[in-house]
Amino acid sequence: MKETPLSNCERRFLLRAIEERKRLDGRQSYDYRNVRISFGADYGCCIVELGRTRVLGQVSCELVSPKLNRATEGVLFFNLELSQMAAPAFEPGRQSELLVKLNRLLERCLRNSKCIDTESLCVVAGVKVWQIRVDLHLLNHDGNIIDAASIAAIVALCHFRRPDVSVQGEEVTLYTPEERDPVPLSIHHMPICVSFAFFQQGTYLLVDPSEREERVMDGLLVIAMNKHREICTIQSSGGIMLLKDQVLRCSKITGVKVAEITELIQKALENDRKVRKEGGKFGFAESIPNQKISAFKMERAPVDTNDVEEQAEEIITKADPPSEVFAKPIVRTPGTAQIGEGMENSWGDLEESEREEEEEDNSDDAITSSGQKMETEEINVVSKTKKEDDTIILSDSEEEEVVILEPEEPRKKTRTLTNAKQENSSSKKTFNKKRKKKRATH
Amino acid sequence: MGSEPGGCVLRPFSCELGLLGRPDGSATFLQGDTSVLAGLYGPAEVKVSKEMYDKATVEVLLKPKVGLPGVFEKNREQLIRKTCEAVILGTLHPRTSITIVLQVISDAGSLLACCLNAACMGLMDAGLPMKSLFCGVTCALDAAGAIILDPTAKQEKEVRAVLTFAISSVERRVLMSTTKGTCSVEELQRCIAAAQRAAGAIFQFYRDSVRRKYSKT
Repeated sequence: MKETPLSNCERRFLLRAIEERKRLDGRQSYDYRNVRISFGADYGCCIVELGRTRVLGQVSCELVSPKLNRATEGVLFFNLELSQMAAPAFEPGRQSELLVKLNRLLERCLRNSKCIDTESLCVVAGVKVWQIRVDLHLLNHDGNIIDAASIAAIVALCHFRRPDVSVQGEEVTLYTPEERDPVPLSIHHMPICVSFAFFQQGTYLLVDPSEREERVMDGLLVIAMNKHREICTIQSSGGIMLLKDQVLRCSKITGVKVAEITELIQKALENDRKVRKEGGKFGFAESIPNQKISAFKMERAPVDTNDVEEQAEEIITKADPPSEVFAKPIVRTPGTAQIGEGMENSWGDLEESEREEEEEDNSDDAITSSGQKMETEEINVVSKTKKEDDTIILSDSEEEEVVILEPEEPRKKTRTLTNAKQENSSSKKTFNKKRKKKRATH
Repeated sequence: MGSEPGGCVLRPFSCELGLLGRPDGSATFLQGDTSVLAGLYGPAEVKVSKEMYDKATVEVLLKPKVGLPGVFEKNREQLIRKTCEAVILGTLHPRTSITIVLQVISDAGSLLACCLNAACMGLMDAGLPMKSLFCGVTCALDAAGAIILDPTAKQEKEVRAVLTFAISSVERRVLMSTTKGTCSVEELQRCIAAAQRAAGAIFQFYRDSVRRKYSKT
């Protein structure tokens, strides 16, 4: 679906509001929206909500052969998908530019910053390493996809547990989760992206732009930082010209925001770990708050299946019996079989007239000048021979039959009817014999 | 959190309606640990190539959690689409498109039934006109022929046959059925009867959750 264009009055309204330091949702210029993190039942599954922007993250692992030039390092694979449910404009073919930009930024933020220790993912050098795959799905687009995605990615990676592996000499043992507890990934630091939107050629700056604000912004500055105040990635797009102190100010703000968000993430991970350890209920079902009016829960519902047998028997006795099935196949040649005989040929009338014409061409001209009676007799003979032929017809196609026309003796006009009939039948016999021959060779 | 072995007990259900801001209708449906999120857009603009002059074009997209959608997802999409087309009054919105996007949040058994339930709740949330409601029920037949309703992933692996039905709310008619494994004719009819019973509980859940949502208006 095409993106609904933003009207001029809405654009003007937003820009005027920003000039007066007002935002549509009542935030201050440097305020973040509420971040909410919930975990699923499997390890490595989480949903992050940044205001109304929602991202689902899932981490999975697999044993693969390492890259040729990195024989002792594991493989990291990131994939962010803009689901069609996030915005009507996100159609499979259409969002390539935005998708590439976001994926590339995410990769630089997480892979190039070396936040995950890839050496620890090696099992047997040069032969088997772990491939860690992070799949992110954008579920709802309300602005600032990159921040939500980076939080979801790092939270999922911290939450994930991979199966335990032990190497003794040549032997490698992979333990299932039941045999040995799965092991967390070794993560050095948590890089988190913070986005800044600029308006009026860099005069006004907003942190964590919403979807409407993103539509009217001039440019975007993304800084990825960890809680130790190390910049992992910095990217400015949109062609805005920023001054040195503006960039420095943004990085200071980023430091503060990242510290807050990291604390939130640690708390969420700790809560989840506690619940799992104590054996309490965990998963998405628990993260749906009970008080919400749009949410509803039902405990286990018993279903009465005591008289299903009676009901089933009733239905079967009432139903029509199944039609007879002819299951016997006739094998013609190896690889060719026939099941059933098919119905009577309903093209009968047309065929007879066609064959009539063929036979008339074969025979002498004298016969063609005979009356209707002879024609009907011809039809009878034709139909008789046809019935004999029916059992060995392999195909109904008339085109496949090759008819050889044999020249016959010229007949005299003074012949009697009966003689003519006999002659006809004899000529037909030769004709039919040829047809039979042709059919048999098919 | 799974169902009891050999029991006819459905796992605890939860749902949340209207949780996403952009789609016209959205719903998340949880059956035990299996969770599916449905987002709906419709009736909306349709591509000329897919346009139907007399009714709405229903499109279903099923997104797996890991990896790209494959043939398995395409097959499921077809089944869900046929069910929705049978129920949605498409002739009221000709030359439009109704897009249902289903995202698998977690899969712990009975995934297709959960997708059907999420799709129906999403359709209700979007306010699209329908002939009847529908729900999905999964039955599993173990080696002894006992019926297990709403099986977990572990149970689905161990049983002889897994049957999924889409049941309509009008006279509990069967809209769609798909089976994996072998079963006799009697067993199939027994499973349908059991699924119809379970459908009653699911429709009651639909009613209660929608009633709760509109209780303050």
